[in-house]
Amino acid sequence: MTTHGAFILAAYAVTALVLLGMIGAITSDYFALRRALQKFPPRGAEAEDA
Amino acid sequence: MWKYANPANFLRLANALIPWTGALAVALLAFGLWGAFFSSPADYQQGETVRIMYIHVPAAWLSMFCYGVMCLSALGTLVWRHPLADAAQKAAAPLGAAFTFICLVTGSLWGKPMWGTWWVWDARLTSVLVLFIIYLGLIALWQTIEEPPKAARAAAILTLVGAVNLPIIKFSVDWWSTLHQPASVFRLGGPTIHPSMLWPLLVMALGFTILFFTLHMMSTRNEILRRRLRRLSILAAQEDAR
Repeated sequence: MTTHGAFILAAYAVTALVLLGMIGAITSDYFALRRALQKFPPRGAEAEDA
Repeated sequence: MWKYANPANFLRLANALIPWTGALAVALLAFGLWGAFFSSPADYQQGETVRIMYIHVPAAWLSMFCYGVMCLSALGTLVWRHPLADAAQKAAAPLGAAFTFICLVTGSLWGKPMWGTWWVWDARLTSVLVLFIIYLGLIALWQTIEEPPKAARAAAILTLVGAVNLPIIKFSVDWWSTLHQPASVFRLGGPTIHPSMLWPLLVMALGFTILFFTLHMMSTRNEILRRRLRRLSILAAQEDAR
């Protein structure tokens, strides 16, 4: 990394931040939905997937 | 194919596939990054800055690919009124916006040292910015309409109207005199990139694509669960009211 190292570093940092942020948001949303669904008794075909 | 278009079957398939595709994406991206930083040489004109291309180009491809997936889902919504197509369409919009954002920011970070400016109103850059705005518009549209089937139909129409931007992005560098360079991988005469730089680029592109499929499955799964939660909440409220 020579003269333009800061630009390269910034590009990779932004990419990592966006991708990890997206993974984190989707994963936390999934666990929140699972927790919310557990409050309801499973019905019919949904019971199989629970 | 149609068997897995059932939301319950999709959930089973997604739960089984997500760990494997996620691991494959991480392995491909790690291998691609090794190639991008330690195996490929610096460019004779761009120097080390060419290493930004290993994320910029795959992000640009994915920004358009994701829109293609949304167009197919939009057809599924409008032609077959399929709930899984609605969920897939809604799940893809934030992913497309994220990849387009990466494409724009990394392009800008490459442009400053190479072109001497962060941004130019060149046809390619402007059409990609329009794509980003379309993604944001679709996300906003989904948030605005409360009833999922109505929101899906409105978003599907907007998605298909916005598809006109895809050929404009692709051919903008041929139709107009742009500062952005023309295609150097997918072109009639074959790639113009040296193999030592081409293979890490293709590995990174494959890694980004598998990552997109993984995140899309995860996000579609969330959307199905969100609809299930909505349905159960309405049923519970109706039972309480009796």
